[in-house]
Amino acid sequence: MLRIEYAYWLIAAFLIYAGWRNLRDRHLWHAAFWLLLGVLFGGGDYVLAQQAAGNALPAQLAGAGVIMLALLAPRLRRQAHPESSSPAQRLASAIRLGHRLFVPALLIPLVTLLVALFGAYLVIAGHAVFAAPQMTLTGLALACVVALFAASRVAHVPMREGVAEGRRLLDAIGWAALLPLLLAALGQVFTQSGVGAAIAGLAGMLLPTGSALACLLAFALGMVLFTVIMGNAFAAFPVMMAGIGLPLLIRQYGADPAILGSMGMLCGYCGTLLTPMAADFNLVPAALLELRSPYGVIRAQVGSALAILATTIVLMWLLVFR
Amino acid sequence: MNYWPLLGVAVIVVGFALRFNAVPVVVCAALLSGLLAGLPLPVLLALLGKSFVSGRMLLLFVLTLPAIGLLERAGLREHAQRWMARLQGMTLARLLIGYLLLRQLLAMLGLTGVAGAAQTVRPLLAPMTEAAAEKILPTLDDTDRDELRAIAAATDNIGRFFGEDVFIALGAVLLIQGFYAQHGIALTPLAIALWALPTAIAAFVIQSVRVWLVQRRLQRRAARVRAGEAS
Repeated sequence: MLRIEYAYWLIAAFLIYAGWRNLRDRHLWHAAFWLLLGVLFGGGDYVLAQQAAGNALPAQLAGAGVIMLALLAPRLRRQAHPESSSPAQRLASAIRLGHRLFVPALLIPLVTLLVALFGAYLVIAGHAVFAAPQMTLTGLALACVVALFAASRVAHVPMREGVAEGRRLLDAIGWAALLPLLLAALGQVFTQSGVGAAIAGLAGMLLPTGSALACLLAFALGMVLFTVIMGNAFAAFPVMMAGIGLPLLIRQYGADPAILGSMGMLCGYCGTLLTPMAADFNLVPAALLELRSPYGVIRAQVGSALAILATTIVLMWLLVFR
Repeated sequence: MNYWPLLGVAVIVVGFALRFNAVPVVVCAALLSGLLAGLPLPVLLALLGKSFVSGRMLLLFVLTLPAIGLLERAGLREHAQRWMARLQGMTLARLLIGYLLLRQLLAMLGLTGVAGAAQTVRPLLAPMTEAAAEKILPTLDDTDRDELRAIAAATDNIGRFFGEDVFIALGAVLLIQGFYAQHGIALTPLAIALWALPTAIAAFVIQSVRVWLVQRRLQRRAARVRAGEAS
């Protein structure tokens, strides 16, 4: 049975490989960074199991490891690995292989899609092939392995060359890869420290309650602002809803809850397009595409995000108080 | 009410504004907020460690790197560019709007993990976007290329975000329904999901118009270049 934990172990193995290769190249800071991250990934299940059993020590060590990573990250200079092939070689290979090159690339979305659609029905000898939690992501991990195998067959290159190329790309992305995890952890710490409640308290003091339109604007813009701060509309929704949406807009002014909830959440999504705190959507793609500015993707999204936000607010105003 | 943990938010804002390395900024903000909220250090460390390893799926995209690296070495991007250059009638706007539509429809079916920056944008969409732009204006500089890649990534994000809210069994709709259920308002997921449709359509139209504007700007620049050569 394939579980998402296997994918984590695969990531751990890849990270440790990247660390080991950097160690051999005498890039000691990179080596320490990827090795430590690899150990955190490999030990993650143990940490969670021990935490659930009441032993907090492994989780505390993992926390110390996260602080170590934060100390190492500024040491990672973006190093340009020499390209392992010349443009002329790549062009010759592209002409020789043609459309066959698309097959492994398309296998990644295709295998993921097949697992997402039909994974639940796959049973071998009475055992489900895919575990139900995170099935799509398990499918994505499987798709990556299948695609690597197919790519090595198509290009007539051994798979370990692919892993070496992957390490080159990983070094190019560098510490930006870590941000989504760190920001997710930050969100949890913020929640436990009562940051959301404090913001809701502040907002409560400043709130206009005079008109339905003022409340609606405060709710929509509050969703955007809170999402920009927390990086996640899901964290903003309960706070803004409990502060403004439910007591004022729904109970006092009779707003339609289904429309208010759905469109309010979408206002938050516009905020997600604007914030570096949503690192997995905004900063990681910029690093993956090797943009010179880490904020390039956000800059490309600002115009659309503001136009979609304005449209949604107008729609809300027209629809929720019918 | 203890307002001191808000200083963690201030650390984030100042750190990002001054363009410090984001990793230590985020960890400092977490430690500061936790300590100011009165969490003892061992509890805070355990919370940080546990939350970090619970988010491991967020690094799953690195597993795509070996296959993509190998294919790029074998000329995937060069082939995508040559193919785009040959395709008659495939313009920059048609490519990106077609991708946007596909991404939105897949997300509406709950299939958000199928595409993404690592899975589809870097190996396929970004080089095709550049090649489609080169058909209009052969002399693209590095700033143009950065901008085109960023638009490809933005199109992917917008398609995903404003499709997934229409899917009834995904996080957002269930979160909304759960919140209302706690407060005594019973709604079906479908009633919530349907109201995401107007914004989904608006997002499609707005991003399509912006893509078309980018194409028109390139066409005008190309026309100016040609006029300059002719005179």
